[in-house]
Amino acid sequence: MRETTYLKEINATLFEAMRGDPRVLVIGEDVAEGGPYTATAGLAEEFGTDRIRNTPISEAAICGVAIGAAQSGLRPVLEIMFIDFITLALDQLVNAAAKAHSMSGGQLRVPMVLRTQGGAGQRGAAQHSQSLESWLAHVPGLKVVMPSRAVDVAGLLSSAIADPNPVVVIESKTLYFRRERVPDEPEPVPIGRARTVREGGDVTIVALSRLVGEALAAADRLAAEGIEAEVIDPRTLVPLDLEAVVESVRRTNRLVVAHEAVAHGGFGAEIAARVQAAAFDHLDAPIERVGAPFAPVPFSPPLEDAYLPGSEDVYVAARTTLGRPAAGS
Amino acid sequence: MSGRRQPPAGPAAELDDGQALALLATMRRIRLFEERVAQLKRADEVHGLIHLSIGQEAVAAGVCAQLRGDDPVYSGHRAHGHAIAKGAPLERVMAELMGRVDGLCSGLGGSMHLVDTEHGLLGATGVVGGNVPIALGSALAARLGDSDRVAVVFFGDGAVQAGHFNESVNLATLWGLSLILVCENNGFAEFTPRSAHTNIERVSDVVAPYDLTRETVDGNDVLAVREAFGHLLAAARAGRGPMLLECLTHRVRGHYEGDPARYREALAEEDWRERDPILRLERHGVAAGWFDGDAVAAVERDAGEAVSEAVRFARQSPFPPAELIAELVYADRGRG
Repeated sequence: MRETTYLKEINATLFEAMRGDPRVLVIGEDVAEGGPYTATAGLAEEFGTDRIRNTPISEAAICGVAIGAAQSGLRPVLEIMFIDFITLALDQLVNAAAKAHSMSGGQLRVPMVLRTQGGAGQRGAAQHSQSLESWLAHVPGLKVVMPSRAVDVAGLLSSAIADPNPVVVIESKTLYFRRERVPDEPEPVPIGRARTVREGGDVTIVALSRLVGEALAAADRLAAEGIEAEVIDPRTLVPLDLEAVVESVRRTNRLVVAHEAVAHGGFGAEIAARVQAAAFDHLDAPIERVGAPFAPVPFSPPLEDAYLPGSEDVYVAARTTLGRPAAGS
Repeated sequence: MSGRRQPPAGPAAELDDGQALALLATMRRIRLFEERVAQLKRADEVHGLIHLSIGQEAVAAGVCAQLRGDDPVYSGHRAHGHAIAKGAPLERVMAELMGRVDGLCSGLGGSMHLVDTEHGLLGATGVVGGNVPIALGSALAARLGDSDRVAVVFFGDGAVQAGHFNESVNLATLWGLSLILVCENNGFAEFTPRSAHTNIERVSDVVAPYDLTRETVDGNDVLAVREAFGHLLAAARAGRGPMLLECLTHRVRGHYEGDPARYREALAEEDWRERDPILRLERHGVAAGWFDGDAVAAVERDAGEAVSEAVRFARQSPFPPAELIAELVYADRGRG
């Protein structure tokens, strides 16, 4: 085992991909300088600024450049610095990248990766804190992954670069600098496979990205009260490993879905709908959803803290599915 | 016409009689193809939103005649002429417009999304100006792959006011990509004249601050288009770029088939005969002794037969199987 961070694993994976495949290039704002979080630090020194290409602040154009480069044989990794700015690239991503293969009758392929990061908790206010994964998961043709730990971001980024489709890798800024221990020789992480993070027989908690850690904290608290929660991290939203979730729900008969995004229209609704369709007879309680309120992320620190879903919300939701509401709730 | 910053004196290939006749044949094929498409649209055999380039054929012909098969070409929503000029088989374009499985895109793309990778047509788009940045990506791939391929993107003057166009021109000049931007300035952005969209009349003036090589020509004169584009292409092939060729032209039809076009006066028949790029080349070529009236008639007859054959081919092609919908969403699912 060795100690690392989520961010260091992104950097190391990019180094490895670029060494192994001359078609891989990194495109984005300030990437040659390492970017605001140092995800791409040192790449330009080794691979040069032809392959580590700084761009102007032109999200629409640089997304188009990545698409054209991918259609013409390269393997671009595009960085959109904050997922909040993906709005500016969405025409290219949604109307071109996602549809090129289908609309061309299979002639075109767009093997590009769009790396971006989301999430609140750093007082970034409403335009630097969002969780917009459900927008992307709604678009056929895109694959969407959302790793919650260092070993998964390395494995999924590597799989994304090798994938023949456009893949959006949504990182979490709040996970970047946490120290983690990973195996020296980690297993590959294929796109589309969930991970059971913790086993338990009383309630299934499906959590995305930062909420995986919150779900584990809630599970510890529940365990102290004699309730064993199973925690599942889908890791990939599209294609979703539904079977892993359904298999768990068949045993626990209860489901909580938790993410940081606004609950309204969030990806948790999709998981809930598909689980009830596949396992309605196994459910002993309504599916509980945990997510942010239907409001922009507030700036003021106490308000942001109150706004963000966390382990307390997951704990309360799990107790609710068991018909044992938490004391005082 | 007005050359702003003149291109470096790259050699434009001399035009021989055969090439002149080939230009005429390409324009005539596009014209007859699209006239037939208009009929078939009214008969509900061709489907969807159809944008015809009748009157603008000289740009497609003059540009594509000089490109190699591996030069990537992108287009917009008015793309039939570009596809045909780049070498896409008429029958497969027609089948695509009819939504048939033997269409270029197996019937999943339609008129606005023609792609023919075999002939270097990497795509048309229904998003105005949307393929301009994508063409940059192909030019970047050529650069990094040490290839002398030149990327070309066609767009109308309506695209020039979009943010992604301006982002792209900035980036293409910053990176010095071998890209030629070909603007078909027909004076109308969908239903409104250019004057209602911008105070800048000429597209070559819009991009002037970027100091890229640019030229404005009479886009209804196929010889002028060919000459100007040839100079630009030679320079781009040598690694200099990007460049912009603005072709002033005229859209005979409405924005789309079915558009009553009440927003403008149709050109008088005799005025149009003066400006029609096909008639102009016919008159000029016969006067110059490049070809005679019999050759002109043969070109028209051959084009008519090719279009009829394309319609026959398309009509007998089946509609695509419903399984294709799911198979083609991802490149690692099913075929593709």
